[in-house]
Amino acid sequence: MEIHAPFVARKCEPGQFIIIRVDEKGERVPLTIADYDREKETVTIIYQVVGYSTELLSKKKEGDYVADFVGPLGQPSILHKRERVLGVAGGVGAAPLYPQLRKLAEMGVPVDVIIGGKSAEFVILKEKFEEFCENVFIATDDGSLGTKGFVTNVLEDQIAKGVKYDEVIAIGPLIMMKNVVKITKQHDIPTMVSLNPIMIDGTGMCGGCRVTVGGETKFACVDGPDFDGFQVDFDECMKRQTMFREEEHECKIGRGK
Amino acid sequence: MANMSPNKVAMPEQDPNVRNKNFKEVALGYTKEMAMEEATRCLNCKNKPCVNGCPVNVPIPEFIEKVAAGDFEGAYEVITSENALPAICGRVCPQENQCEGKCVRGIKGEPVGIGRMERFVADYHMANAEPAEVSIEKNGKKVAVVGCGPAGITCAGELIKKGYEVTVFEALHKPGGVLSYGIPEFRLPKDLVAKEIESVENLGVKIETNVIVGRSVTIDELMEDGYEAVFVGSGAGLPRFLNIPGENYLGVYSANEFLTRVNLMKGYEFPEYPTPVKIGKKVAVVGAGNVAMDAARTAKRLGADEVYIVYRRSEEEAPARLEELHHAKEEGIIFKFLNNPVAIKANEDGWVEKMEIVKQELGEPDASGRRSPVPIEGSNYDIDVDTVVIAIGQSPNPLIRHTTPGLDVQKWGGIIVDEETMESSKDGVYAGGDTVTGAATVILAMGAGKKAAAAIDKKLRG
Ligand SMILES: Cc1cc2nc3c(=O)[nH]c(=O)nc-3n(C[C@H](O)[C@H](O)[C@H](O)COP(=O)(O)OP(=O)(O)OC[C@H]3O[C@@H](n4cnc5c(N)ncnc54)[C@H](O)[C@@H]3O)c2cc1C
Ligand SMILES: Cc1cc2nc3c(=O)[nH]c(=O)nc-3n(C[C@H](O)[C@H](O)[C@H](O)COP(=O)(O)OP(=O)(O)OC[C@H]3O[C@@H](n4cnc5c(N)ncnc54)[C@H](O)[C@@H]3O)c2cc1C
Ligand code: SF4
Ligand code: SF4
Ligand code: FES
Repeated sequence: MEIHAPFVARKCEPGQFIIIRVDEKGERVPLTIADYDREKETVTIIYQVVGYSTELLSKKKEGDYVADFVGPLGQPSILHKRERVLGVAGGVGAAPLYPQLRKLAEMGVPVDVIIGGKSAEFVILKEKFEEFCENVFIATDDGSLGTKGFVTNVLEDQIAKGVKYDEVIAIGPLIMMKNVVKITKQHDIPTMVSLNPIMIDGTGMCGGCRVTVGGETKFACVDGPDFDGFQVDFDECMKRQTMFREEEHECKIGRGK
Repeated sequence: MANMSPNKVAMPEQDPNVRNKNFKEVALGYTKEMAMEEATRCLNCKNKPCVNGCPVNVPIPEFIEKVAAGDFEGAYEVITSENALPAICGRVCPQENQCEGKCVRGIKGEPVGIGRMERFVADYHMANAEPAEVSIEKNGKKVAVVGCGPAGITCAGELIKKGYEVTVFEALHKPGGVLSYGIPEFRLPKDLVAKEIESVENLGVKIETNVIVGRSVTIDELMEDGYEAVFVGSGAGLPRFLNIPGENYLGVYSANEFLTRVNLMKGYEFPEYPTPVKIGKKVAVVGAGNVAMDAARTAKRLGADEVYIVYRRSEEEAPARLEELHHAKEEGIIFKFLNNPVAIKANEDGWVEKMEIVKQELGEPDASGRRSPVPIEGSNYDIDVDTVVIAIGQSPNPLIRHTTPGLDVQKWGGIIVDEETMESSKDGVYAGGDTVTGAATVILAMGAGKKAAAAIDKKLRG
């Protein structure tokens, strides 16, 4: 989805995100900036319909308005000029990964990517990645596309084959990032992950997005969302994600969706 | 002969056991008759000690005289000559430390109810006055204001009246600052805040919401875009935590998160509004300022059975307004003074289960003159809680100082300004309110906004 947002499009960089409120009563939903066009003053967002707000967003038609759209938020990703970088995407994590890898490719870094999804229909942006990645690997849980299994299986294969990566960027569900880091740590490959804790303001005001990184409390919305994967306390993040699970359920029922 | 009753005319209020279950305003406000009667308690003192106590020097005896005569619109004009948001100040100023704290009637008995009358006059005006047509001659100069809290709104309102073109940039989707996202509905109705903001917009102030200065646009870029001065009123929004074990467990909120979910996102109307707020049966709020009282009373209203205020000093040191402490007690909040939390404990799912507290005693006065609490060895005990709200203060958000070269700040992050002009170390950039002083009061923020507006005007007119 492409949105006209001059204040965001003028300044955003890969790794940053926006917060959108679909209607007047809506929640503030954070979404990564997948792409932008400074001339047209637009930014592209890619999202998965997971609950009430994203469902509402998916019903918007071309030319419609959303109530609020604010950004860019968060720190731009720090991209190093490496020998070879591997991106690992889980589900909709492909969206935030895309601008980072493209930027690396533009910097002349050879990049590969592994895209994972439950089944073929959850694998997104494959063609887009093929435009600049040397190798695009696919993994699906049910084997409907690419390798049957998790992205981590492909990652292990690559390492076993002796392919040398000097950085991995993993974006996807927490459990996926946790498992990627488990492997890369053994092989001492620096790994960046992008966290998506529950957020409200996105400006450092509420502290709801706090995560423990390297033993210190950080606010993902201002200090992140990208962090050194070796330092992140994934177990705590996973617990904090569940804070409003019952309400999310009730919300969908309660509003007669 | 003045009315020599030692007590203020009583304020009608909702019954404590009714109001602690709803979000309607607690204090209902004076009637005309009550206001006129209270006005007769003022002695019209020559030296006006009350005016000295008011940070913006509202001409108090003058407006009270008009109230006594039943000339409420006249009283409104007197008040608004110095204070642009009287409906708000009448409700939230810590009057006992300011105007009323200096009132001579307070020596024997209760001081004159200045705040209550100020509120009455403002409410009367809002209900009855026709919006006046204003025509302001433009001077063709542009000024930008960062943040739409009381400091920013006041500064914008003053400058627009002087003929400037004023744009306010606000990070959130709604203007008002703490007035919108912090102070709850039952203390400061949001309709009223919206009306006050509307009246500034009617004068021609443009409010751009969803613009984060430092991210969407920087101060330097604003200057390049032709804004000749920038006023920064970005508040103190960064929550402090206790730095004790267990603060990231589920069920632990900063007061900002808790109150924002409720006020700004209307969590209390979930699921009609889809942002949830989770409230347990036993809630501990850490701290004893206005923010803590608001969080505790909000928790009670959301259905918590037991709500504790846990504070390491004694009641005397509690920074909240007297009225708020009093209202909180009436509503059944349990106070644990001289109790300091040292750890938060969780069950195996990571949800808060207990808070470990150590009892304190008062020692010698510290630098601030307050007697500092000292832990009593071996007095540790646990209380059962399932929600913890940390309300121990905020500091300025680092975003602006990190993206504005040339802006000098204090070690703790506050922007350094010249106290007379509110100008910062950066030419043409002014600042005021909580971002300069750290968390303070609405009226001080407004005073700063006004001072800055006068200085900006002086400078730009050369
Ligand atoms: C920095 C950041 C970048 C993101 N980028 C993208 C993106 O590019 N594309 C995309 O599809 N999604 C992205 N997300 C996740 C997206 O914000 C959530 O999927 C969305 O908030 C769900 O809203 P909902 O009302 O449809 O679902 P709900 O019913 O509210 O929630 C469904 C699930 O989504 C997650 N969730 C809910 N609210 C939030 C919240 N405020 N913050 C984070 N997670 C939440 C929870 O795990 C929850 O179980 C990003 C999140 C963050 C923090
Ligand atoms: C819960 C609570 C209760 C309180 N109760 C009282 C009371 O009873 N009496 C009293 O006198 N005081 C009270 N206070 C304190 C009072 O509200 C503040 O001192 C006052 O609001 C400060 O005004 P301000 O304009 O400086 O900042 P704020 O009101 O904080 O407004 C700052 C605004 O700037 C915006 N902003 C921040 N950064 C940026 C950026 N980079 N770009 C754009 N916009 C930005 C914020 O979103 C916000 O809207 C209370 C505070 C709280 C939190
Ligand atoms: S503005 Fe506040 S301090 Fe001044 S007179 Fe009014 S209530 Fe009192
Ligand atoms: S000090 Fe009290 S009695 Fe005297 S003028 Fe002020 S309000 Fe009236
Ligand atoms: S989202 Fe509120 S501090 Fe990060």
